[in-house]
Amino acid sequence: MNIDLIFKIASIGILLSILHTVLDKAGKEEFGYITTLVGVVIVFGIVIGLISKLFNNIKTLFQLY
Amino acid sequence: MMIISIVGIGIISTVLAVLLRQLQKPELALLVSLATGIIIFSMILDKLKYVIDVLNSLVAKTNVEFAYFSVIIKIIGIAYIAEFGAQISKDAGEEAIASKIELGAKVIMMVLALPILLALMDLITKILP
Repeated sequence: MNIDLIFKIASIGILLSILHTVLDKAGKEEFGYITTLVGVVIVFGIVIGLISKLFNNIKTLFQLY
Repeated sequence: MMIISIVGIGIISTVLAVLLRQLQKPELALLVSLATGIIIFSMILDKLKYVIDVLNSLVAKTNVEFAYFSVIIKIIGIAYIAEFGAQISKDAGEEAIASKIELGAKVIMMVLALPILLALMDLITKILP
């Protein structure tokens, strides 16, 4: 479990917001929303992997079979 | 020390979450806080395991039936997971979902605790003349 994961998620977020504003300025709002959606889905995939690992740990730790 | 890294991670991720919220990305701020919660918990996991193992050995010494203690451990685990989920949805402003999660956790805990309650009732009826 490493800390750079938080920085990765945060950097993706910042990148997305910048990309969104750039695309808005370029007049292509719909692409902006699509890229934001794709970014959120990617980050969500990472976090879901983390959540499943956490729940497995908790299950074995607290004997919650 | 462990506590220093925990506090450091907490502060850094709080700043990042606020930054993301400011950049009109509240969903990513929520994901950052979720990831931080998971990372911090996995840091203290082995210490928690040590505490539980010590408690297990203590209970094994007394002639208390082991099933009661394992129910206690299960309820603690359920309480932790429910609080984790409820807190995340409270952060996002979804009070209704948080209260539903807590309701579900209470019901599950009650179901788990019932056998002990029944054993207690049997004990009492046996003692009373």
